[in-house]
Amino acid sequence: MRRAGVIMLALIALVAILAPWLAPNPPDHRFGDLLYAPPTPVHIFDGDGAGPHVHAWRLVSRIERRFEDDPSRRGPLLVLGADAYGRDIFSRLLNGGRVTLALAVCATLAATLLGALIGGIAGYAGGALDAMLSRLSEFVLVLPAIYVALALRAVMPLVLPASTVFVLLLVIFALLGWPMVARGVRAIVVSEREREYAIAARAAGASAARILVRHLLPAAGGYLRTQATLLLPAFILAEATLSYIGLGFPDTTPTWGTMLQEASNVALLGDAPWTLAPAAAIFAVVLGVNLVVQGTGRAPVQLEP
Amino acid sequence: MGAFLLRRFVFAVVLLVCTSSTALLLTRLAPGDLTSQLGPIASRSEIETTRARFDLDRSPLTQWALWATRAIRLDFGDSFLFNRPVGPLVIRAAGNTAALAVVALAIATLLGISLGILTGSRQGSRLAAFVGMVSMVCVSLPPLLTSLVFVFIAARTGWLPAGGMSSAGASDMGWVAWIADVAWHLPLPALALAVPFAAVFERLQSQSMADAVRQPFVIAAVARGVPSRDLILRHAWPASVRPLCAVYGLVIGALLSGSFIVEYVTSWPGLGQLMYQALRGRDVYLVAACAAMGAVFLAVGTLAGDLLLAAADPRVREGDGA
Repeated sequence: MRRAGVIMLALIALVAILAPWLAPNPPDHRFGDLLYAPPTPVHIFDGDGAGPHVHAWRLVSRIERRFEDDPSRRGPLLVLGADAYGRDIFSRLLNGGRVTLALAVCATLAATLLGALIGGIAGYAGGALDAMLSRLSEFVLVLPAIYVALALRAVMPLVLPASTVFVLLLVIFALLGWPMVARGVRAIVVSEREREYAIAARAAGASAARILVRHLLPAAGGYLRTQATLLLPAFILAEATLSYIGLGFPDTTPTWGTMLQEASNVALLGDAPWTLAPAAAIFAVVLGVNLVVQGTGRAPVQLEP
Repeated sequence: MGAFLLRRFVFAVVLLVCTSSTALLLTRLAPGDLTSQLGPIASRSEIETTRARFDLDRSPLTQWALWATRAIRLDFGDSFLFNRPVGPLVIRAAGNTAALAVVALAIATLLGISLGILTGSRQGSRLAAFVGMVSMVCVSLPPLLTSLVFVFIAARTGWLPAGGMSSAGASDMGWVAWIADVAWHLPLPALALAVPFAAVFERLQSQSMADAVRQPFVIAAVARGVPSRDLILRHAWPASVRPLCAVYGLVIGALLSGSFIVEYVTSWPGLGQLMYQALRGRDVYLVAACAAMGAVFLAVGTLAGDLLLAAADPRVREGDGA
């Protein structure tokens, strides 16, 4: 189970890294006659011995979005069909995964680091500082994360370039995610602080920062890894949600969230199920993470950061 | 218990004041204001009167003070987008969200606990393995995905309406017909919200049930000849329900987050939709009122969770009173 999860995640990461080489079409290219075109079947044995190739779709009716196989011409390979602008969904899915996953990984690292630091300081310092930081993290934990992310994002200018959005979402996600990490790290540091090795380090004259970073925080390593695996899917989902409602990346940037906007048109969704492909990709990542986490004997109870 | 309730009440008031004030000030300080809704051809005097009506011509802190003094008298200001007091707007939306969330939570609880008892008490059986696999898949289907998939199925098959809370003209049909109509629209969003939570509850209940049936007192009950049905439901289950109750208090935040996206995808006119419109339109007082309502939900939810935990675990009741 656990191994299956690891393999799944590794595969997804590999595909995302290699996306520019794997994608059959440029992600922004619009095939003018292929709006909402269905996936193209690949013909392997087709008489003329030409090897695997793809027939072109001939547009029969633009209004009914009906297409016909045209064996006389070769067409672009559309593994998962085309979207409302005639862009190749598969290529966009691969390229979009890069943005979505990069954001989620960076946000996870940032939230874990911030949480480890704040939790470590709270646990090591104790007293009033500890009480204040603990109250603060409890307060953030109780808030519904999506609403906070929504409010923080919505009060920024609504139209921003993609790179600014990336940084903005990174900061918002880190601010939402740190308490999950800090609470556990604090508990670990509080108990480790009294162990012999910490006392010995103190007696040897190590500074508080050195004891905390070099001696106490490594004890929280396993915990940090588990929390990080749980934060990752939550951030992927948060990006998808914000982009889906139009408050994430601009829709010219392919991400799994902006691609899902295509699926928001109920009337077209029934006829073009391939616009749900990003949902399947998100599902694959979350499932992979849950398989990994389940392997460690923990119940996956996180539906949000 | 009295001290505990008092502490919870103070927490709720602090939460309420903090979230609504922060929401108000954030919206006020955000670039652009609600006069951009008037469009590019609005006259200068119209813009000025609108700004004056919503106290946008004063400093943010003065605006906050004015709003706070009025809010104490239960006057929460007007909405610009809907051009009416925000109170009734927010209460109606909150009612819709509450209906959705309560029904979803009920479905999730019933499904999750009963399936969890089943799989937890029969570990190793084929049925348990199958249900466990299904719920593993469902745990990985957050509300954004379930609602999209359900809307797709509804659009494809026409079994259920794919969106909205009532059909056009349903409010003219009399209230019995209206309720029937709403009940017809409710299952899709409620199920979309319930499925992931049901799966989480199932996993938790299954795990704690499996632990409970190995306890000595259960083995003793088996030795006394207690029938297996009583054994599971009356001996093992009460001992296994505590971890589930502990999660209930945390679930309310996730439930509100989930309900936001389900409302958005299925066009359910709830608090999430209203908040989204208000934020985009920079409708200051509506944003503040939505945030306040959200805080009320959170406070009630966490209180309910705590009471449930106290009911399930005598140690919490007796403990330090917190």
